[in-house]
Amino acid sequence: MLPPAEELKAAIERGVPGTVVTLDGPALYLEPQALLPVCRFLKSHPEYQLDYASNVTAVDYPPDPAGGGAGRIEMVYHLFSMAKKHGPVAIKVKLPRDNPRVPSLVPVYRGAEFQEREVFDLYGVQFDGHPDLRRILMWDGFQGYPMRKDYVPENQDAPA
Amino acid sequence: MLSPAVESDFLEVSLGPQHPSTHGVFRMQTVLDGETIVSLKPVMGYLHRNHEQLGEQMTYIASFPFTDRLDYFSAMSNNLGLAIAIEQLAGLDVTERGQYIRILMVELTRLVNHTAVTGFLLNDMGAFGTPLLYAFREREKILDLFEAASGSRMMCNYIRPGGVREDLPDGWLEGAKAIVDHYPQFLDQFETLLTENEIIRQRTQRVGVLPKELAVNASVTGPLLRASGVDYDIRKVDGYAIYPRFKFKVPLGQIGDVYDRYYVRILEMRESLKILQQALKEIPGGPAISPKGAAIGKAPRTFRPPKGEAYGRIEAPKGELGFYLVSDGSNQPYRYHVRAPSFVNLTILEDMCLGHKIADAVVILGSIDIVLGEVDR
Repeated sequence: MLPPAEELKAAIERGVPGTVVTLDGPALYLEPQALLPVCRFLKSHPEYQLDYASNVTAVDYPPDPAGGGAGRIEMVYHLFSMAKKHGPVAIKVKLPRDNPRVPSLVPVYRGAEFQEREVFDLYGVQFDGHPDLRRILMWDGFQGYPMRKDYVPENQDAPA
Repeated sequence: MLSPAVESDFLEVSLGPQHPSTHGVFRMQTVLDGETIVSLKPVMGYLHRNHEQLGEQMTYIASFPFTDRLDYFSAMSNNLGLAIAIEQLAGLDVTERGQYIRILMVELTRLVNHTAVTGFLLNDMGAFGTPLLYAFREREKILDLFEAASGSRMMCNYIRPGGVREDLPDGWLEGAKAIVDHYPQFLDQFETLLTENEIIRQRTQRVGVLPKELAVNASVTGPLLRASGVDYDIRKVDGYAIYPRFKFKVPLGQIGDVYDRYYVRILEMRESLKILQQALKEIPGGPAISPKGAAIGKAPRTFRPPKGEAYGRIEAPKGELGFYLVSDGSNQPYRYHVRAPSFVNLTILEDMCLGHKIADAVVILGSIDIVLGEVDR
């Protein structure tokens, strides 16, 4: 079984020196540059063996109209273990909304390939080190990121 | 006179997007050396309708009919996935009878899906018609059951948080029992045609082999994963709904080729029949939906789950179907994400096809079992 989030946080900070993990409920927040080393650690750790990146997605938090700020995009990763049959561990990474960049998880988990392409397509997050970062659902040449909260859909009823 | 050194060039072939063997509007951009595949890039998105954005602009309950259209062969499973995520988010309970009806519906869905996909796979191999029509004959009977319970054959929109939308009509359980009792006979007949068939073995054995390590690393799930010999069935691992109460096995393949995938699905259907027999025997009376669930169904706009998030997942016929919901306390999900099994399973299509003949790519694609409604969302 997986330990509670506090223990997991302590284990990560011991196993990957220099990493700071912030807890929010069951989710572990990481800095973008810590993502790959932490995932490698969790995958190879004999007790956790989180070998299965089930779900990769993002959530958009636009700037608060009253409070200002730049807003953020949060990457969300749900990791499970097929070997140990436990999980999930929810890992999150906060990215600035005007220039969201995060290392690609593909070198560790191949299963992230299409899901990262989807996040790139719909949210505009850049994945450094992704082998084939192209739009996947929208067509090439499409402008904008349709899943962002401030995306304005085209008015199909407007006269041509 | 033939020159001893034949000059050859690569040939680019675009398979699809409108071809029966691509199972919908799906395209494979291939590069061939003679008949051998040297590169294959899947192209998708032709059916993209931004299902997730639609889901964020309506109430939680209003998304149910839209989930029917994800994997349109398995509407009941899609409904269950969303219902489980909502229940997790809002902490809702399900009535006993509701639990049993859900199990009946999703296991019947598994029969429908696996029967149909086997028929289609044979179509892809060139056995036009016969196996597919046998499969569809049986599928029809189960669709009649779905229609009697939900009012619709394919777009069922039946399972709700807290239970199911309506109780079963009179005589439904007897009808289901008759079909479940007869099904092993049909499977035997189906297997007589297919399992030992020399042509099928030639076309499928050692074709599209997916090694265990790659399957796990590429987040492959469902029969495709189990055919490669990885024992991972979410019904067993998570024990969601009331699956721990039933006795069933998880069939595994050895090599992970197309033949193993075919046979794992046949064995899975036999296990589903065991679950169905047990559920039909044990199903209790009582309400089909909890009072809270019924109230939500009547007034969906008043349903405001507490702030928080949930990732609910089930073992759909095609693999892990996950729903990720983030609630901001309002009556619409702040984030609504679908982790579609056929979309993720397509990741390794190229790996499985490299080095094979172009005709095998069609069979390998058929053995993954994709539905474009779910891939493109």
